[in-house]
Amino acid sequence: MRELAWLIPVLPLIAFGVIIAFGRRLPGQGAYVAVAGIALAAVLSIGIFVQGLGHTEAYEANIRWVPYGETALDLGIRVDNLATLMLLVVTVVGSMIFTYSIGYMHGDPRYPRFFAYLSLFAASMLLLVLANNLLFLYVGWELVGLCSYLLIGFYFEKPSAARASMKAFLTTRVGDVFMFFGILIVFLTLGTFRFDEIFAKVHEGAFGALTIGGLPLLTVAALLLFGGALGKSAQFPLHTWLPDAMEGPTPVSALIHAATMVAAGVYMVARTYTLFFQSPDHGALTFVAYVGGVTALMAATIAVTQDDIKRVLAYSTISQLGLMMLGLGVLGYTAGMFHLMTHAFFKALLFLGAGSVIHAMHTNSIKEMGGLGTIMPSTYWTFLIGTLALAGVFPFAGFWSKDEILLEAYHHNTVLFVMAALTSLLTAFYMFRVIFYTFTGSLRNRHAHPHESPPVMTRPLWVLAFFSVVVGFVGAPFVGAPIKHFIDFEGLEHVPFSMGMALFGTLVAAVGIGAAAAVYHWKVVPASTLRRAAGPLFTLVSNKYYLDELYDLLFVRPTVAVARFLRNFDVYVIDMIVNLVGFVGIGLARLYRVFDQYVVDGLVNLVGWIAKALGSTLRYVQTGRAQNYLLAIALGVIVLLAAGLFR
Amino acid sequence: MQLGLVHFLILSALLFCLGLYAVLTRRNAVAILMGIELMLNAANINLVAFNKYVAPAALNGHVFALIVITLAACEAGVGLALVLSAYRNLETVHVDEINVMKW
Amino acid sequence: MDRYLLTLTTFVPLLGGLLVLLIPKGQERLMRQVALITSVLGFLVSVWLLGPFEIGRAGMQLLERYAWIPAIGVNYHMGVDGLSVPLIILTTLLTVLSIAYSWKIETRLKEYLFLFLLLETGMIGVFVALDFFLFYVFWEITLVPMYFLIGIWGGPRKEYAAIKFFLYTLVGSLAMLLGILLLYFNAEPRTFDILELIRQQPLAKAPLLAALAFWGFFLSFAIKVPMWPFHTWLPDAHVEAPTAGSVILAGVLLKLGTYGFVRISLPMFPETFKQYALLIGILAVIGIVYGVLVAMAQTDLKKLVAYSSVNHMGYVMLGTAAAAGAVGVPERAAAATIALNGAVFEMIAHGVITGALFLIVGIIYDYRAHTRGVDDFGGLAAVLPKYYGLSTMAMLASLGLPGLMGFVAEFLIFVGSFGVFPELAAIGVIGILLSAAMFLWTIQRIFLGPKNTRWESLPDLDRREAWSLAPLAALMLIFGLYPKPLLDVINVAMTGLVTALK
Repeated sequence: MRELAWLIPVLPLIAFGVIIAFGRRLPGQGAYVAVAGIALAAVLSIGIFVQGLGHTEAYEANIRWVPYGETALDLGIRVDNLATLMLLVVTVVGSMIFTYSIGYMHGDPRYPRFFAYLSLFAASMLLLVLANNLLFLYVGWELVGLCSYLLIGFYFEKPSAARASMKAFLTTRVGDVFMFFGILIVFLTLGTFRFDEIFAKVHEGAFGALTIGGLPLLTVAALLLFGGALGKSAQFPLHTWLPDAMEGPTPVSALIHAATMVAAGVYMVARTYTLFFQSPDHGALTFVAYVGGVTALMAATIAVTQDDIKRVLAYSTISQLGLMMLGLGVLGYTAGMFHLMTHAFFKALLFLGAGSVIHAMHTNSIKEMGGLGTIMPSTYWTFLIGTLALAGVFPFAGFWSKDEILLEAYHHNTVLFVMAALTSLLTAFYMFRVIFYTFTGSLRNRHAHPHESPPVMTRPLWVLAFFSVVVGFVGAPFVGAPIKHFIDFEGLEHVPFSMGMALFGTLVAAVGIGAAAAVYHWKVVPASTLRRAAGPLFTLVSNKYYLDELYDLLFVRPTVAVARFLRNFDVYVIDMIVNLVGFVGIGLARLYRVFDQYVVDGLVNLVGWIAKALGSTLRYVQTGRAQNYLLAIALGVIVLLAAGLFR
Repeated sequence: MQLGLVHFLILSALLFCLGLYAVLTRRNAVAILMGIELMLNAANINLVAFNKYVAPAALNGHVFALIVITLAACEAGVGLALVLSAYRNLETVHVDEINVMKW
Repeated sequence: MDRYLLTLTTFVPLLGGLLVLLIPKGQERLMRQVALITSVLGFLVSVWLLGPFEIGRAGMQLLERYAWIPAIGVNYHMGVDGLSVPLIILTTLLTVLSIAYSWKIETRLKEYLFLFLLLETGMIGVFVALDFFLFYVFWEITLVPMYFLIGIWGGPRKEYAAIKFFLYTLVGSLAMLLGILLLYFNAEPRTFDILELIRQQPLAKAPLLAALAFWGFFLSFAIKVPMWPFHTWLPDAHVEAPTAGSVILAGVLLKLGTYGFVRISLPMFPETFKQYALLIGILAVIGIVYGVLVAMAQTDLKKLVAYSSVNHMGYVMLGTAAAAGAVGVPERAAAATIALNGAVFEMIAHGVITGALFLIVGIIYDYRAHTRGVDDFGGLAAVLPKYYGLSTMAMLASLGLPGLMGFVAEFLIFVGSFGVFPELAAIGVIGILLSAAMFLWTIQRIFLGPKNTRWESLPDLDRREAWSLAPLAALMLIFGLYPKPLLDVINVAMTGLVTALK
């Protein structure tokens, strides 16, 4: 089975090619091809997973890609437990979302193209997951960025969507530049891109005591790699693109901007964990943890203030990704990946649920909704399951994974633990705020005629809801927490399950839910009162801490200004110098012309003029009258005679 | 007073000067031809006079004079023909009016 | 047959051009057909080169050498290696596409086609010449047709652009002539043979003269590349040149400069080049960042692409400078090889990608909108889906998206140059980021946004246009996904070069 692993990314790629080539002529306008591609990949992934349960060693396969000098760079795949877990998440969640899209995108003028892009995304993401070296990780990394760009801008007629797609691509690319440097440092220090060789050499201490700018080179390399994750996984300070990315169709938000692509950053950190782990004093990991903590808390606060249902979920995603980073950072390798997996399921579920609501309401604002619970029961119940999972309520999936992170944080760093706990509290609060606004009470928009979505959309919701309930049990202590054996980093000890922490987590969630209910359901303290009480703080948070404006002021405008300045510089300075040389040449030429005309040619003309003047004077001597000549002869004779006589 | 060589020479000189004067000043081509005849005849007087007084035995001077007379006759003939032709074409015998060849 | 293969490759276009000249007036269709067939024939012959050419063997192959002017040691000497073969095929391919694209040219068609084919001969000649005399002759031959192509079939300011192009490059040529003569008079025995001169290193003992000759060559090549700050002829020439001229200009003519750096400057003056490598690297990096920033501020699409060429040629020069900087440092030889591989690969990639981009601009400007103002457009993606797809692909390739040709080149260049000049590479990477911003912004302004009613009736690509673009798009994708076949050819030559430099 593992020998067929290379097929996993190839299948969706084939689907992409087929849809691009034949488009509308395909059955279901290409949708079935796309679903078939990802579903087959899912089947293969499950097969590999089942087969891999017993194995611990990784499977690798390479083909030659770029030769240089005597050696070459290889394109290769690596199937190990980490990759298998990601394969499962991507293909299974992907299959659900692809199926859902058949209904959601129905009637769109660019329907085939949507599925083509989705398939290309799946192929790139699976390439990223399977890559056995940094180079191909990076290739997949950029390609998922491209698909994200194309899909966010899918409704490109909307200027906001066009802008959002560009912002997403560029913001993540800022991170990618750092990552690129990280890759370069690793390659130039170790001479390889292959993960196994890199890890072996790092273990041997190949980085040794190398430093750069006073920092250990290994830490710097790891942090530069993490720079890529900052962009891709929307971590502070490069998180600003993700909320805007909600301009894309909702299945895209679910697949790319919740479940898979944004988790690529977390996956990458886990993939290269050795680099982070081996950095002196775990320096790189501490940094990762703090970035994660700050991101988690910041995004959670913003989520509380948003009224757009997809934006709430987007900030929630940022926040949860921050938690995963925090988990990885506090040595919770398993906890971070575990949360990545559970989060993929329930966040995809939530997004698809939100999509179902939007499909029915034709608006994103939760303020206009209300009472949808009775009109759309399937959507409501599945959304509620997702919310409970995200809030970390026993026994839903999020409970188990979040508990792991809290546990690891508690054991390693109190500050981070407090951050994580606060995030959990806020998460429960803002998610139930959405529930109360959307599904309870009465419909606030009188003009809307909501209806339940078709089965092709609700069935994937139920499947994902099922996973959101059960998938957490792989981390449950009473079944032996198999995930801890499956995803295991050598040299790390698992913090044992603690009932106290479990109770604490439940309590936090309960407080959050209770507070939300008090404000938005029972209206003990109306939301407007809270808002007024918070005053400028609310303004600050609801404007996302003004980071967009700040970046615009600090980076976008200066770049454009510099570009404009340089354009003028090019025309008025550099080109002017060139033209000046030309003008000087022409000026000199003119000068020479004058010189030539009046001096050189003047001399020549002077000779001629003198001859002519002489001639015209002397011509009068030649009268043509023989008598004159004769007179002259006679006079001449007389003179000669006189001269002879008087000598 | 004995007629000597000098008297002949003076006569011929005067005659020559008259001829020259006519040639230089007259505008009528016929008059110029007549002036030329005068100058030639002045030369003839010289030739004959020198023969008689310097080398009476020789006949060179006489012979030269005869040749000159012949030449003068030819010259007058050709010259008058030219003048006549010019008069026919240009209706003038004034030399300063015959200027068709002048640049 | 193989013995005369290079001569054949070089002169087949010229023969076809002469044939075009013999066609009587009024037979436009026949002229076009003859020209197209000639160019296709040229392309086939150049592909045929790959047969007798041994990919795995370093050094010059398919050598041809005859005495030409024995009195001063001039030979008709031709040969190819892994550096020139891809460039020759690129040249012949782009000529075919350009002539196919120029199908609708009406004015003075005969001259146009003849000049195009003459230009092709000149370019191929530069890539195969192994004798400075021959090299210089071909080098100058390329100038004349381009001058007329811009000056006769160009845009509103064609005279200015043509003269600027001609004079600017001519200044460079004269500097090169000086360098050539310096080499010639210091060689023993005196020769114009490039290989022999490289072997002799006549100026190795005279650093001052070597520097003089080096800068002579540098000026010529740098103007051709064009490196910052010698680049200002390029936007003008591109803006005024007819579309096919722009394609050739960007696709091949610029490569003459970088080819010269790799073929001549590097092996001929390794020590001198190393001495000034940092300076040249700095100029290259300025070109990278400066080019993309100026491109960003352009409102004329052609100028935008022209400045992005400045940016891309900066990458090539960065790779070349890095290789020069590694001369004499054995532990950096690997990095130098990677950088050179990247630089040569970028030459090809840039030829393919920018050729495609100029065709794309031409398609919208010549036959549809008759405007190149970036801000005049908007929402074209919905009106011209095929055109949108291919344009986006070319622009993404140009900004270095993995899976397309540009990425492989830039990646290799940065890996290589990071090993020699890390600071320069670090600044250069910003260029990648900025070019992403630049192209995405362009895509947004032209293709995205609400439908613009002004352009609603524009037709999508017709078959001829699609077929002019398709080969380039295919190359971008094939060599982007699997660059090994091309790099195998390049790598042997570059490894040989680096080894020779020690």
